[in-house]
Amino acid sequence: MAASTLTESEKRKNMPLEYSTEEGDLRIVGFWIFLAAELVLFSTLFATYLVLQSHTAGAPTAKDLFKINPVMAETIVLLVSSFTCGLGTLELRRHNTKGLIAWLVVTVILGLAFIGLEANEFYSYAVHEGAPLSSSAFLSGFFILLGTHGAHVTLGIFWVTAIIIQLAQRGITAVTARKAFMVGLYWHFLDVVWIFIFTAVYLTGLVI
Amino acid sequence: MENIKTFLSHFFVTGDPMIYGADASIALVSVAIVFVLTYFKKWKWLWREWLTTVDHKRIGIMYIIAALLMLFRGGVDALMMRTQLALPNMHFLNSEHYNQVFTTHGTIMIIFVAMPFIFGLMNIAVPLQIGARDVAFPFLNAVSFWLFFFGAMLFNLSFVIGGSPDAGWSSYAPYAGAELNPGVGQNYYLIGVQISGIGSLATGINFLVTIAKMRAPGMTLFKMPLFTWSILITSIIVIFAFPAFTVALALMTIDRLFGAHFFTIASGGSPMLWANLFWFWGHPEVYIVLLPVFGIFSEVIATFAHKALFGYVVMIWSMIAISVLSFLTWLHHFFTMGNTAPVNAFFSLSTMLIAIPTGVKIFNWLFTLNKGRIEFTTPMLWALAFIPNFTVGGVTGVMLAMAPADYQYHNSDFLVAHFHSTLIAGTVFGVFCGLHYWWPKMFGYLLNEKLGKWSFWIFMISYNICFMPMYFLGLMGMTRRMYTYPAGLGWGPINFIITIGAFGMGLGFTIMAANIIWSAIHGKRDTTGDPWDGRTLEWSTSSPAPEYNFAHIPVVSTRDAFEAMKEEERKGVKRRQLPFEPIHMPNNSGIPFIMSAFFFVAGFGFVFEWYWMGIPGLIGIVICLLARSFVYNDHHHIPTDEIERTERAAGRFS
Amino acid sequence: MKKTFKMKVLGALSLLLVLLTGCSNHIAVLNPQGPVAREQYHLIVWSLIMMSLVLAVVLIIFIYVLVRFGRKNSKDYNPNDTGNRKLEIVWMLIPVLICVALAVPTLKVLFSMDQPPKATAEAPRNFAGKTLTIDVTSVQWKWLFRYPEQNIETVNYVVIPKGVPVKFRLHAYDAMNAFWVPELGGQQYTMTDMPMQLWLQADKPGNYLGRSSNYSGKGFAKMDFHVLAKSSNDFDSWISDIKSNSPALTMTKYRELLKPNNVKPMAFSSYPKEIEKNLNKAQMEGKESGKSDSMKGMDMSGDSGKGGHHE
Repeated sequence: MAASTLTESEKRKNMPLEYSTEEGDLRIVGFWIFLAAELVLFSTLFATYLVLQSHTAGAPTAKDLFKINPVMAETIVLLVSSFTCGLGTLELRRHNTKGLIAWLVVTVILGLAFIGLEANEFYSYAVHEGAPLSSSAFLSGFFILLGTHGAHVTLGIFWVTAIIIQLAQRGITAVTARKAFMVGLYWHFLDVVWIFIFTAVYLTGLVI
Repeated sequence: MENIKTFLSHFFVTGDPMIYGADASIALVSVAIVFVLTYFKKWKWLWREWLTTVDHKRIGIMYIIAALLMLFRGGVDALMMRTQLALPNMHFLNSEHYNQVFTTHGTIMIIFVAMPFIFGLMNIAVPLQIGARDVAFPFLNAVSFWLFFFGAMLFNLSFVIGGSPDAGWSSYAPYAGAELNPGVGQNYYLIGVQISGIGSLATGINFLVTIAKMRAPGMTLFKMPLFTWSILITSIIVIFAFPAFTVALALMTIDRLFGAHFFTIASGGSPMLWANLFWFWGHPEVYIVLLPVFGIFSEVIATFAHKALFGYVVMIWSMIAISVLSFLTWLHHFFTMGNTAPVNAFFSLSTMLIAIPTGVKIFNWLFTLNKGRIEFTTPMLWALAFIPNFTVGGVTGVMLAMAPADYQYHNSDFLVAHFHSTLIAGTVFGVFCGLHYWWPKMFGYLLNEKLGKWSFWIFMISYNICFMPMYFLGLMGMTRRMYTYPAGLGWGPINFIITIGAFGMGLGFTIMAANIIWSAIHGKRDTTGDPWDGRTLEWSTSSPAPEYNFAHIPVVSTRDAFEAMKEEERKGVKRRQLPFEPIHMPNNSGIPFIMSAFFFVAGFGFVFEWYWMGIPGLIGIVICLLARSFVYNDHHHIPTDEIERTERAAGRFS
Repeated sequence: MKKTFKMKVLGALSLLLVLLTGCSNHIAVLNPQGPVAREQYHLIVWSLIMMSLVLAVVLIIFIYVLVRFGRKNSKDYNPNDTGNRKLEIVWMLIPVLICVALAVPTLKVLFSMDQPPKATAEAPRNFAGKTLTIDVTSVQWKWLFRYPEQNIETVNYVVIPKGVPVKFRLHAYDAMNAFWVPELGGQQYTMTDMPMQLWLQADKPGNYLGRSSNYSGKGFAKMDFHVLAKSSNDFDSWISDIKSNSPALTMTKYRELLKPNNVKPMAFSSYPKEIEKNLNKAQMEGKESGKSDSMKGMDMSGDSGKGGHHE
């Protein structure tokens, strides 16, 4: 790790704060690769869902269940949270700790709202419509694909909260900047996954 | 009282004298370990030096110790199976017990022997080969190891608590589902393998970043040692293959625990989907355990032929080609599952294509030997034996790739012989080769050559006695996973020969274990750091390598960097001794061990569907993650006088 | 060094000798008794020849370099010999050519396996067409054979006329199994959610051993069956014998057969019509308990392929 020569550390000086140490650089690269693995994980879940989509086995189908309003609400909340998270990164670049924390707090609140909406949607399917995970292969695929995404968002909420606390304790340093930047990547990634869910699950489910 | 009795009789596996024997020996060994550690006051030492270490070399050693122990267990499983099959209508094992034994044999050998052995060797060699002081994420590296370790422990626990899985290492649905296979055995498989799989994925990411970003100055991609190249490619395969397996295991777990219908017979489940997901990981997995040993053989053959590798660039492109093709061939594991002819045709051809880069590699190794000065050391013998024996596995692989012919080989002992030809002559020979080769770098002394050669010859010849006849057994119609067979089919004598071969391999392994113990006491010390006249950077530092690997980061200008340095020295070019600088190193941490222990607790809870245990376990994991996030004091500097002392003790500073 | 390799080569040759002479009738795959198995056998022998050539070339070069350069001071030691473009192209092209030589017949046989083999004998009077259709169901751990045209059912053995193509339609009641009669041809899986078909034909009367090749649990090792090939006259008389002398398969008896165990061979003079639907375990149990749920599950599998077998 001490391999960095003088020229290299000079090069790093002109980089954004999160890339300014070799360690930060390594971790961000590692995190991108982790996201690539996550992409494979979600692709597998999508493939599974698409294979099982027609295997409704007499239980309620996508058309029976999906309603456009709650889905639109979830989508808007999550997209806005991604936007506020991006604004946070802009504040990070301007070294404005307070601004960064404020936007991250908004992101967490929107994340919680999304989880609430999704939990409500799941509850109405499983209890009101009598279509829990165990009723058909289609519903198993649906709940697990969306549930995996939801679990990621939940974990993300814990993670952002931890970083907000650290920012409040330490301000913006090379380490906290890297952490805030990485959690931003994670949050945007979940947003991208949601766009695929919206298209592959809800839109096709409502139309077909 | 009655309730407790019934619970206990289900909780502990009962009724089999062999399992009681195992219970007793596990208890005795545990007591002995606790006693020795307490008597010699070694608890603190164990915790400080090993359980909390983030040093890649120590993690590598722990991987290899665990892999050798698991190899012993998987080997005992194999010998039990071969004893049962030695004669027709044997009554050594009953059907249920045999089914559990072949399931654990396969799972342990692939997931808990081949992978950790390779991870161990790459942990030891890769950072040293690229002139780095550690891997990119030392903490994560420790997490990977402990996840593997606790995953393996959970899986092995099934043997005495609750009952082992019995659906085969490939666990085909619907047989592996809750309906046809109730009980906790299959849960152990799903959750144990899952936990260690998460660790494997982290290792893949770790080594990809390490190799991509932490090479010594001057070491461009096409100046890297072949083993490092093989690990780079393997890491990429791990990253793209393991998530699919994670999902497959999770889905089957959800099927079994929460009544979902991914792979069930009822409610629209698709058993075939399991086969697809499993082999989408499973086939690349074969190359995850093969490409690294291709790397090891390339290093060892070049070292002991005293020549640079023949066709270095082609060797690398062949590995890249193999890695791409490995994702396009998974369906050849089930040609006979009702695919249309064009689909089978595609996968038949893509599988045959793998023979081309593999063939190229075989010829390049042969031509590395050509015009060399071959030295027959133990690691070299393993590498040389690989060439003809693996070729047998390769050509039978091409035969299996021909879909219509596969209709006759599939699921038969022909297939079993084929994949043992690739996995033993490839992976096992390879890790044994690497073990002997890097042993002095790990411990500072050499393994005994005489015992090493004995173990090699006995193991290699027995391997042939064991698996060559098995091809014919398959053509005679014997299928895999049969716990017994009737007399009168002509299978008896061949099975008997195979059993003799299997015990021969056991003897070879025992001699190797004896060699390890004998050499620990009497082994020849390696004071030079370069006992084999090596060509790559790991031999440029002392044996065993100091904590910081290199007092000065080497500067590289060519392939085989250390060979070039030695060449310069021979020409009389003197190297300047630079002043030491403090070295920045990561701190040890107990979190990886504790967090993995929580994984174990959570896993055990979910195996028995005890959510009062599983959920607190999960919470423990999240707390560990958060705790780690708040650790800022995670590194220290080794002062120059300490470096000076270490280097002086190794005879490298005067 | 040298000696051991010689021994190894000798060992391989002696095994080959065993293969070519003595007990080749024990080696089922190399003893094809029908056109399907024969086609696969020719492919296997062709690949065996090509692969033996490859192995021989590798072994010859291997032994040569070890003997020639396996000394502490080998005379032609040349550390600068690290590549040869021309040679490398040669050994890239050779495997390509071998692959082509193997791929062409592979594809030919692969596509021909969807078609029935050519009949070599007159079809028995007992069935209308030129081919016989038999429905096979694997149940933990037994084989049920249903003759839809003749309306009879057998367990753990099946009788076919020689020289006539037989279409086996394969189903699974519970676990996945694979239907394999090595002397007559390669295998296919049996599955709960997708029927498969396999063409087989026997040249001459005989008794051929078949078994499940895919592990399915406790009784799997004993899950074998016999395929009896008979002349068309004998086949006709066997049918009429079963019709007149065997009991009928009742639904109660059928349910008993669906329980996981190993049983002796049996024959039945007729079977209840409803078992022609090939219900799997979930559908059967759903039906028993009157659940509509899993019956609808069957509709699902209808569009994913179940309808296919009435083509």
